[in-house]
Order: sequence, then structure tokens, then C-alpha cells
Amino acid sequence: MRVEIEIRNLNFYYGGNALVLKNINLQIYKNKVTALIGPSGCGKTTLLRCLNRIHDLYPGNRYEGEIIFEGRNILSKEVDLIELRSKIGMVFQKPTPFPMSIFDNVAYGLKLKGIKNKKELQDRVERALKEAALWDEVKDKLNQSALGLSGGQQQRLCIARAIAVEPEILLFDEPTSALDPISTGKIEDLIIQLKDKITIVIVTHNMQQAARISDFTAFMYLGELIEVGPTEKIFTNPEKKLTEDYVTGRFG
Amino acid sequence: MIRLKRDYILNTLFLFITAIGAFLIFVILLGIIVVLFEESFPAIKRFGFLGFVLSPSWDPVKELFGGAIPLLGTLITSLLALFLAVPIALGIAIFITEVAPRRLKEPIGVAIELLAAIPSIIYGMWGLFTLAPINAKYIEPFLQMTLGQIPPFVKLFSGTPLGIDLFTASLILSIMIIPFTASVARDSFQLVPAVLKESAYGLGATKWEVIKDVVFPYCKLGVLGGIGLSLGRALGETMAVAFVLGNLNQFPSSLFSATATVTVKLANEFTEADKDIHLASLFYLALLLFILSFTILAIAKYFIQRTQYK
Amino acid sequence: MIKRRKIINKLALFFCFLTALWGLFWLFFILVDVIRHGLSALTPTLILNDPAPPGEEGGGLKHALIGHALITIVATLLGVPLGVLGGTFLAEYGRNLKISRFISFLADIMVSVPAIIVGAFVYAVFVKPIGHFSGFAGAIALAIIMIPVIVRTTENMLSLIPWTLREAAFALGAPYYKVIWQIVYRGAGMGIFTGIILAIARVTGEAAPLLFTSFNNSFTSFDLKEPIASLTVTIFQYAMGPYEEWHRQAWGASFLITLFILFLTLFGRYFIRRRLKS
Repeated sequence: MRVEIEIRNLNFYYGGNALVLKNINLQIYKNKVTALIGPSGCGKTTLLRCLNRIHDLYPGNRYEGEIIFEGRNILSKEVDLIELRSKIGMVFQKPTPFPMSIFDNVAYGLKLKGIKNKKELQDRVERALKEAALWDEVKDKLNQSALGLSGGQQQRLCIARAIAVEPEILLFDEPTSALDPISTGKIEDLIIQLKDKITIVIVTHNMQQAARISDFTAFMYLGELIEVGPTEKIFTNPEKKLTEDYVTGRFG
Repeated sequence: MIRLKRDYILNTLFLFITAIGAFLIFVILLGIIVVLFEESFPAIKRFGFLGFVLSPSWDPVKELFGGAIPLLGTLITSLLALFLAVPIALGIAIFITEVAPRRLKEPIGVAIELLAAIPSIIYGMWGLFTLAPINAKYIEPFLQMTLGQIPPFVKLFSGTPLGIDLFTASLILSIMIIPFTASVARDSFQLVPAVLKESAYGLGATKWEVIKDVVFPYCKLGVLGGIGLSLGRALGETMAVAFVLGNLNQFPSSLFSATATVTVKLANEFTEADKDIHLASLFYLALLLFILSFTILAIAKYFIQRTQYK
Repeated sequence: MIKRRKIINKLALFFCFLTALWGLFWLFFILVDVIRHGLSALTPTLILNDPAPPGEEGGGLKHALIGHALITIVATLLGVPLGVLGGTFLAEYGRNLKISRFISFLADIMVSVPAIIVGAFVYAVFVKPIGHFSGFAGAIALAIIMIPVIVRTTENMLSLIPWTLREAAFALGAPYYKVIWQIVYRGAGMGIFTGIILAIARVTGEAAPLLFTSFNNSFTSFDLKEPIASLTVTIFQYAMGPYEEWHRQAWGASFLITLFILFLTLFGRYFIRRRLKS
């Protein structure tokens, strides 16, 4: 198992002073699904958003420590955020289709990368939509607005958009919390399939989901990483009392 | 029991009075349409619609009136002003929402909105005494020497730069209408969900790409509404234009020629029109202007409302 | 590739910065110019004297100041109650009626309808039948411009008052009109007041609707049944006239008007902001 991302002694401060992540140390393995779980407000989403530095969009946020990816600390000032984010994609809690056609949504990241060749665009859009298990549903209406799709379809479209640029890592921030059970099932299947090619980190408040799809699980509480390990171990035989209380549903 | 009855009467009375206040809006608007139509009726009867709109003559002696020149002047000045103002206004809206440091957002926003608070007569006078001479002496000759040398624009920048012309009028109008587009655009930019922008950033888009590809398409209606609002304002603007456009019943031959707009004609001739048909023709112009600006404003407001309830 | 995109990004954002500078540049250019010319024209005679014969020194704008104040006051007395009542209907009694949405939409459009058309309308309805211009006609024209502005702000301010507050008063057995007067108006009073201030600021600078209504008068007059001078129409007349002295006075009048309006506007905005924040 190769380590894809190594987080070392990470502290994160929100809007100036509030320390919301405290000394996080975590390894994320290549081609595995790592789930971040914990009660709301524990910092799991904040940690996820450190990995593609989306926090940098807002003034006052500050990191300490290191996140090593491809041999470099991605928290350093010299890192090109545009390049970084095209390697580390993200799918959000709510579907975020752009106000354009289905095709253009998926092609958007490719066009940003400078791919102009029509044939290549078409091929890669088709491949991404197939990988996202959406192709059959939308192949006849690629030029229609993406806003007309159902919530579950929109979310798979967003996944297609993210995987079209062939990222190394895909971050999922509670991707099914706004969806019905059937759509949720489809997306969970999709995530399991995707890990052959992509490393996945997923934040979820749904413990069954974490148990179903992840290889590793990290439990966070009040901004600290309490315990991390193989998913089976965390759910059946955790080392810490706090973890046990949480996974058995005693609080949360 | 008596108190309840008194309350009932007073409440009904108050309801009635407030209803009058509200329906007054309706009455005024209807009144304006009816009165303008009635007053312009002799001219409508005499010249018809196309006969008036397409005729360039404005001859109080022969009693021949047509609105082609002032109507065209109104459209040209307004569209030119829009052409100058829209990129600026959108740039300002982007600067305030996406670029400026947080503590500068508010003061810059207020300052831009103050542009709308300055009365149009002040713009007009300042235009006449300050801007027009500067334009005549520096800006217009400069434009003639540069843009005016490029073949397709030669005609556009020909003529003697006097400063009292389409160019100065449109420039002033453009400054006046910036705040309308800017503030509507700013409001709709702020309605774009943060997560939508984040997902574009998450694909590796630059800030400009996020604005161009996500924020703009998302706010299309609001931006169009803001532009419409500015256009409606420009069409009806009187005093600022009255000072710097002249009142010349002549088709403009270039950006540096004087002409007339509907509002300028009204302001200059209304109180001096001694023949009924002259006054009726002026009312006819007012009616056409009212219909034009009302339609554009209605569409613009509809767009803006749609964005707010989304 | 990435480098090119970054350069485009920087250029585009720099352009946005320039547009903001462009806007600020004109604002300061105009204000500084008005202040510069205005201060040199501002003398006691400007405010205290009646106009001198054309071209002669020593004249003032007393007539226009008084006329302007009279027209604006009467317009406010007409427009404010009607506007507040109309807004009350839209936000309270007629809250759920379709026609209220429609009227509110119309009022929104009327806020931007060309002012000179209001002038032409009032001319046809009040000036022509009576046979001469009058201060009242001017005040009516300004009131017509004010009403939709006040209707909309009142409606908005009343809508900000939470519905539960009204329910609490209803539960005590208060009739609706008392709820409006004692609860809603009290809660929204500051907001409505600010709306009125902004509406006054708006009409104070209007010249177009006064051209055919109150017209002009070279003498001080308190009689609103007759033509009466106003600062804005006087500025138009003086600035377009041939005399240096007139131009000087026009700058002085512009300075006074601009100062007054900017003061009211900033004051009003400050209160609205404070209200929206709380």
C-alpha cells in the first residue's frame, strides 16, 4: 500500500484565530477509500477542505504543519493552487451543476486544461459520464441544461465533471446527504468502482455508509483525530472508548 | 360592545384610506397614459404613427412635425451611454464582490451609489462648464488622431470637436447610469451560492474563469435586468443631456455633432410652443418616450424580481 | 497554459480594479469641481439678496431658495402620507392580494419613469386648465415622483417586522388598525423615516418636472398659486444664460443643492444600514 497523502502535525485556524483542527496526523493510502467520520462540528469537513486548499478562498484562514502530496508540502506558499486543484477534485454536499449544458459541465475542467480538440472532448466527456454511470440517462440530451436533471443525476454529473480531468484524488463532502436512498446507493457503488483509478477521501455523517464503502476510517472529535485504522477494526474493535461510543451510536 | 363596533368602523376606515393610497399608484399611471394620449391626439390624427416616427421635419412655421430625429437621438445617446457604462458597471460589481479587500467593499459601494444621488442638473452644468471644454480641447482631438485614423471609424470621429455633442452627452449619461447596473449586478453576484463557486475553483479554475463561466451565467437575468434599468434611466434623462447636446433638429453625422433627444426637445420647447399642434407633437414625443421607457423598465424589473425569488 | 490563464486572470481582475477607479474618478472630479466653484460663489449676498438685473453684480438666490423650500415642503406634505398609506396597504391589509403584487411592481417601475414626463402630465392636468404655472403644480409633480419611492420603502420596512409580533397583538384582542399604528409603525418607524429622507433627497435635485409646472419667477414669492422660482430651474436658466455673474450664481446654487442631497443621502443610508444590521 502506497501512501498518497501524508498529513503531519496539521493545525488550522478559521478566520484569524479560532483553532479548529488540532495537530492532525493522518496517512491516506493510494487507491483506497478513506472515510472521515465524527459528530457535526468535529472538523471533518474542515480537514477535507484543507486537502485542496479551498479554504484559501476566504481571508484569514491559516494552516500550520504539512500535507505531503507527490513529495511536496501542498501548504507551502509556492504551490500552484490551480494545478493542485486539477489533481485533487472535490464533490460537494449539494449537487453543484454549473448553469450550462450537461456536455459543457463535464467538458468544463477539460477546457480549462486547454483541450480544444472536439473529438477528444467528446470522447473524454463520454468516458467520464460512463464512469459516473450517467451516460445512458443523458446521452440523448447532452445539450440540455444540467439544471433540468434530478438531484441524484446532478450529483453524478458533478462526479463525472470531477473525474473527467483525471484527478489523482477525489474529495467527497457528504455527497449523498441531500439524496434519496436509491440515488445514494448508485453513488456508493460508483465510489467503490472509482477507487481502482482514484484515491478517495469521503466525509460522511452516515456510519453505515462509511462501513459500506471505506477501507479506512478516521474518527474525529472536537477538532482532533481520535483514532484511525482499517474500517472493520474501527467499527468492530476500536481502541478508544470515545470511538466505540460514537460508532455504537451512544452520541453523535 | 360599543368599543368593538367603534374599532370595527375605524379599522374599515383605515383599510379604506390605505387602499386609496395604494390604488393611487395605479390611478397616476393610468392618468399619465390617458392624458398623454389625449394631449397628443391632434398630432396622432394629423401625422399617424409611421408618418410621425419616420419624419425628420420639425417646422413650427409650416406646422410639420416628425419625431425621427429626437427619437433617434434618444436611442443613440442611450445606447452609446450603455455601451460605455455596462463594462464599467460590471467591472465595478466584480471588483466589489470578488476582488476588493473586505473593508473597502462598503465605502466603494457607497461612493459608486453616490453617483446616482448627484442630481442630473449638476451633471449637466458640470458637463457644460467643465467636461465639454476638456473634451473639445483634448479628448476629442485625441480620439480623432487615434481611433479616427482607423478606416472604419473615420466617419464616426469626423467633424469639428466642439464638446457640445453626442460624445459628451453619452459620456455624461454613462457616468450617471453606472450605479444602476452596478448595484443590481452586485446584488445578484452576492446571491451566487458559495458552493457553486467552490466547485469551479475545485476543478482548478482561476478567479476570472469562475466569474466568467459560473457567476455570470448564473446571474444572467439579474445582469440583464440591471442593464435594462440603466437603459430606462438613460432614455428618460433630461437635464444632463439638455446642457451638452444642444437642441438641433438634425441627424448627427458623427460622434462630434449636436442633435436632439426627446427630453431635450421637451425641456426646450414645451413652454414656448404657441401652436396647439406643436404642443400636441411634443406630447406625442412624450407619449412615445413613456411607452418605450416603461416597457424596458417593466422587463428589467421582471428580470430582477425573478432573480430575487429564485 | 496555466501561465497564460493566470495572466488573463490578473489582467481581467486588474481591469475590474480600473473600472472602480473610473467610477470614483468621476465622482471626485464632479464633487471637487462643484465645491471649488461653489465655495468661491458662496457669499452672504447669494443667500440673502433677490436677483439683480441680468448681468449686474450683487444679486442673490433668495427667491429660488424660498421657492424651492416651499415646493419641496408641500410636495413632502402631499407625498409622504399618501405614500406611507399606500405602502401600508401593500404590506398589511392587501398583503396576500395579487393586485398588491401588481401595484408594487408598477410602483417599482414608476420610481424610474422619466421625470420630465411627470412634468408634462401635471402641465396637462393642472397648468393648462388653470391657465398659468403655479408652485402647487410643481409640488404636485414632485409628490408624484415621491409617492412610488415612499410606497416601496414603506412596504419593505413593514415587511421586515416579524409576523409573530402582529399575532401577539391580535391575541390580546387589538384590532388591526391599532396593531398597525401601535406595533408595526413603531417598529418600522425609523426605516420609514429614512425612506422619506431619501425620497426628499431624490426630489430636491429634480429640475425637469418643475420646468412646465412651477416654472420660474425673478422675484421672491410665497404664493404657491403663482409661478415660483426654484434652485434647479434657476440653475438651468442661469447656466444657459450669457452672463458670467449668472454662471457664478449657478455654481453657488449647485453647491448648496449637492451638499444638501449628499448629506441627506449619506444620513439616510447610514440609518438603513444600521436598521438592516440589527
